[in-house]
Amino acid sequence: MSALKVLSSPHQHSQKSLSQLMLAVCLATSLGLLAQLYFFGIGVLIQIVLAISTALACEALVLKLRKRPLNTTLKDNSAVLSALLLALCIPPLAPWWVIVIGTFFAIVFVKQLYGGLGANIFNPAMAGYVLLLISFPVQMTSWLPPAELMPIQLSFIDQLSLVFTGSSSAGLSLEQVRSGIDGVTMATPLDTIKTDLSKGLTVSESLAQPIFTSFAGAGWQWVNLGYLIGGLYLIKARLINWHIPVAMLSSLGLCAVVGIMIDPDTSAGPILHLFSGATMLGAFFIATDPVSAATTNKGRLIYGAAIGILVYLIRTYGGYPDAVAFAVLLLNMAVPLIDFYTQPRVYGDTKDS
Amino acid sequence: MESILEQIDRGIIWDTPGGVHPQTNKSLSTQTPIERLPLPQELVLPIKQHIGSNGKLIVEVGQHVLKGQPLTEAAGHWSVPIHAPTSGTVLDIKPMPSTHPSALPELSIILEPDGADTWCELSPWPDFHAKSNEQIVDRIHQAGISGMGGAGFPAYVKAQPTHPIEYLIINGVECEPFITADDMLMREHAEQIIRGIEVLRKLYQPTRIIIAIEDDKPQAIAALTKACEEDHNTIVRAIPTKYPSGGEKQLIQVVTSMQVPRGGLPSDVGVVVHNVGTIFAIYQAIFEGKPLIERVVTLAGDTLSKNTNAWLLLGTPIKFALTHVGFVPEKWQRVIMGGPMMGFTLPSVRLPIIKTSNCVLAPSQNQMPFPGEEQPCIRCGACADACPATLLPQQLLWYAKSNDHQKLQDHKLSDCIECGACAFVCPSEIPLVEYYRVAKADIKQAQQDKIDAERAKERFEARNRRLEREKEERNQRHQRGRRQPNNNKASETKKTNDAVQAALARAKAKKADAVNDNDMAALREERKRQAKLYKEEKRASAQETSTKEDAVAAAVARAKAKKQANASSVSSSTANNETEKESQKDAVAAAIARAKAKKIAKNTPPDEQSEPAIERSDNTSKADDPRKAAVAAAIARAKAKKAAKEPTSDAQSESAAERSVDNAAADDPRKAAVAAAIARAKAKKAAKEAPSVEQSESAAENSDDNATADDPRKAAVAAAIARAKAKKAAKEAPSVEQSESAAEHSVDNAAADDPRKAAVAASIARAKAKKAAKEAPSVEQSESSAEISEDNEAADDPRKTAVAAAIARAKAKKAAKEAPSVEQTEPTVESSDDEMAEDPRKAAVAAAIARAKAKKAAKEAQSKKHGDEN
Repeated sequence: MSALKVLSSPHQHSQKSLSQLMLAVCLATSLGLLAQLYFFGIGVLIQIVLAISTALACEALVLKLRKRPLNTTLKDNSAVLSALLLALCIPPLAPWWVIVIGTFFAIVFVKQLYGGLGANIFNPAMAGYVLLLISFPVQMTSWLPPAELMPIQLSFIDQLSLVFTGSSSAGLSLEQVRSGIDGVTMATPLDTIKTDLSKGLTVSESLAQPIFTSFAGAGWQWVNLGYLIGGLYLIKARLINWHIPVAMLSSLGLCAVVGIMIDPDTSAGPILHLFSGATMLGAFFIATDPVSAATTNKGRLIYGAAIGILVYLIRTYGGYPDAVAFAVLLLNMAVPLIDFYTQPRVYGDTKDS
Repeated sequence: MESILEQIDRGIIWDTPGGVHPQTNKSLSTQTPIERLPLPQELVLPIKQHIGSNGKLIVEVGQHVLKGQPLTEAAGHWSVPIHAPTSGTVLDIKPMPSTHPSALPELSIILEPDGADTWCELSPWPDFHAKSNEQIVDRIHQAGISGMGGAGFPAYVKAQPTHPIEYLIINGVECEPFITADDMLMREHAEQIIRGIEVLRKLYQPTRIIIAIEDDKPQAIAALTKACEEDHNTIVRAIPTKYPSGGEKQLIQVVTSMQVPRGGLPSDVGVVVHNVGTIFAIYQAIFEGKPLIERVVTLAGDTLSKNTNAWLLLGTPIKFALTHVGFVPEKWQRVIMGGPMMGFTLPSVRLPIIKTSNCVLAPSQNQMPFPGEEQPCIRCGACADACPATLLPQQLLWYAKSNDHQKLQDHKLSDCIECGACAFVCPSEIPLVEYYRVAKADIKQAQQDKIDAERAKERFEARNRRLEREKEERNQRHQRGRRQPNNNKASETKKTNDAVQAALARAKAKKADAVNDNDMAALREERKRQAKLYKEEKRASAQETSTKEDAVAAAVARAKAKKQANASSVSSSTANNETEKESQKDAVAAAIARAKAKKIAKNTPPDEQSEPAIERSDNTSKADDPRKAAVAAAIARAKAKKAAKEPTSDAQSESAAERSVDNAAADDPRKAAVAAAIARAKAKKAAKEAPSVEQSESAAENSDDNATADDPRKAAVAAAIARAKAKKAAKEAPSVEQSESAAEHSVDNAAADDPRKAAVAASIARAKAKKAAKEAPSVEQSESSAEISEDNEAADDPRKTAVAAAIARAKAKKAAKEAPSVEQTEPTVESSDDEMAEDPRKAAVAAAIARAKAKKAAKEAQSKKHGDEN
């Protein structure tokens, strides 16, 4: 009889794996992604492809430099997920180098230089996004109006050409494409409100703009709804815990309710807050990034709620129309503290802790 | 609010934190009844098969034993015997690989069955109710029953609970996948189990007995429900299938809602839990008289042609059992003892079945894939959700990897029950349990190392102390030899020699100072005067008269001696005024006068003749160079002090010390102050040391003293040391203030020269003295005497002196034990002191007054000086 294999218990495993988990999260974005594709064109897909290939290339490069096994790490899909989330936040027709720089920064600096998967303090996608937003504010805010409001319909070739050369096949620049027939540049709903408020208009006046076709702005409301459904699936499949999204959405909603009660003229309502911008994507896919989020259940509630409050504050009083990225990064920094002080009561512990 | 009991009776069950749902795979081995295997060729019986200590061997090699015959007897804490599982011959008793992950050899009895399987004589108790609880517990003990669920806790220990038991829980949960041994036992022996429970009912008298079985064992539930349907106090409770509900603490919560406190036992909440296997063993022990010699073991895994349960004799080689069920090992075969969640892989199949072996699992890789490559933790928290102890496995992993023991303990690593739920769910396939085991072992090792290090340190220090003591003793032996003639001589020529000797130490220090002839001459003169004074004082001690010619200061002092406390303010004010005067001479003279007056005051009753002497000396010093005068004054003062201290022998050394200090101070106040401070620090240090250490210290200081003869600075230092010593001595004396006064005296002198410095020094000294006072007085009077001799001898070669001093000290100690009055034991030192000791009490009072005055003077001097400057 040959030697027996000696292993540590347990000998059984749930057979869940990291790459499956990451892949499942990627797939859960599909509804929102489809909505984005529908409203903003194939440019979204171009950005995703660019992001994922850059991410894998960067990851492979750094792993080689760090002399780490390439195969298992590349297959864990974590870089793919980060790239995907970043790409979803980028204006679809932003120049190609924007997403490449963002992804490079996210993977090389934010993730790998901190020690790779599991060791990064900040959410790579959001750190990449903030870098881009600060460095290239024009490109990063050049969102197209939803297709239904677009004066010109852009073909796939046009979009490809805009991303890579900066002008469509007809020679129009992105700025020209974005402008309506009347020459006024369209923006996202949150942008619109912010701009209108600065112009002295009230929120209700702003809501009369064509971009607010139904409950929370053309296109964006459906995108958010898509992510909400995807997120609910994640919770159902136990891929994420409910704590962070619930805490974040309820605190954001609550802030919005309080805001509108105090000052209805300058406050966007809770529905607008919850269903515009990156709210749903942020709540279910970004803030829940396990590596950089709080890890105790109590801590997750605090973490999520704080993000919600920050999102509201920055959206309302800050210089940027949206704030998920900033809020998440700020709370990433607080995670070790939150985790330490929210340790659950150990089984049978008679002291409350 | 419904009570827990009512809720239990209503059939409520509770949830526990965490838990996982692995595939149970139970039906594989429940298709056939429990089998009986033929006798193996040889049984290997480890002496220890449970938690606790080994039993004591009671058989020999070659002895024939009968089935059920005990092979060991209980010896020590938590010890249970083992028995021969069949009749046969003891082939050997030697260490054999044990059924443990490490297979470390353990002393085992190797038994060759004779095939007859003959029982020894059994004594069944069909009516156990007639037996006392003690008898029943003893029977359970002697039957060698230890917990059969896994841990192997001796059942007899559990059968004697320290708290009243409300709930007796019978654990038939069997939550580990694959294992069905308890399930089959319950199906086939429900009746016996219920009867076994009866025995425990008698022992515990519980309110309720709850038989808990997971709901994936409907047949076992049915069988037991049927067996106990008559009994209204026994509940068969089906609980949801969840791993690890069979864990003792988890099960208690599931069926009673109570959590066993951290670090506590189930009996703390009035619960006791027994495994059904244990219950069956108890049944056999009581009703059939049979000890624990066999158990049901699940043989499972798809490398076996048949999965089943079998009654295996303890000691049966695992290989024998596996072969019997068609074991065909594959490459990298694993054989797991226990279940897939908590079981351990065996390094060999040539190991015996023991009391805790409930399952032997031989899965194929297909059935149970090897774990994948470990990937980084993404802190997803799946492990925390699964943890039944509500720990944070992801944080524990982090700290285990960084070896942060403190954080691991903060996160309660010790509460981990190693159930494997975290590793089971981990998507990164991290062997978390393995990390925790290693970390736990590390922490244990670190704690052990710390204890060892402390012990080593203690040993080292004890050794150092011993060496020190031995050295000291050696020195003392040497010194005693040298010292003897000296002592004799001293006693013979007491009067003259004593005075000289007493002054010797002082003189030496002074001599060092005295670099020119003038000083030397002054010193000589001074010494003569002192000698004269002593004589006069001695003579005059019987009478008391007042003299008109007395100096003002002297008069004040004398008056004070009579009126005591009242006068102190007067004299101190005088002192103050004088210190402030620019004229050094005046100050010095005044100080001398004061000191002398003090002295006289202390020598109650003072005499006529002494007073002119004082005057004379005053005049002399005034006429002389101021420095000389200061010296003289200091000496006088010191003497006075000495007198004051007379009642307690310790003080003598002090005064001696003071004298030299004073001299030094008069010469170079600044240096002296510094030296004094140093000395004080040293003294403080010394004070802290244990009495035994002090001796060595003093020895050390001896040599210091000797060194003083060289140069003024050294002298000052030495003086300070001497003072320190004096202080030390003062500690032991009943009146602590003496040391204080000593400090203040030196301050006085310094004050004459540089009030501010002196004041500072004084306050420091006082503080020090106070500190010393706090120390417990011990019998160390001998110390003081020792120090005195040191001073005397200081003029000699330093080494010799040290030796001599040590001898003197030893003698003094001895003497101190014999006689209440220590003074008599110190002939070498007593000179004028002896004579002045006539009325110790009065002298002490006077001294105290002087001290107070000095203190006040110092303070005032300081403040005044400040004022002047301002």
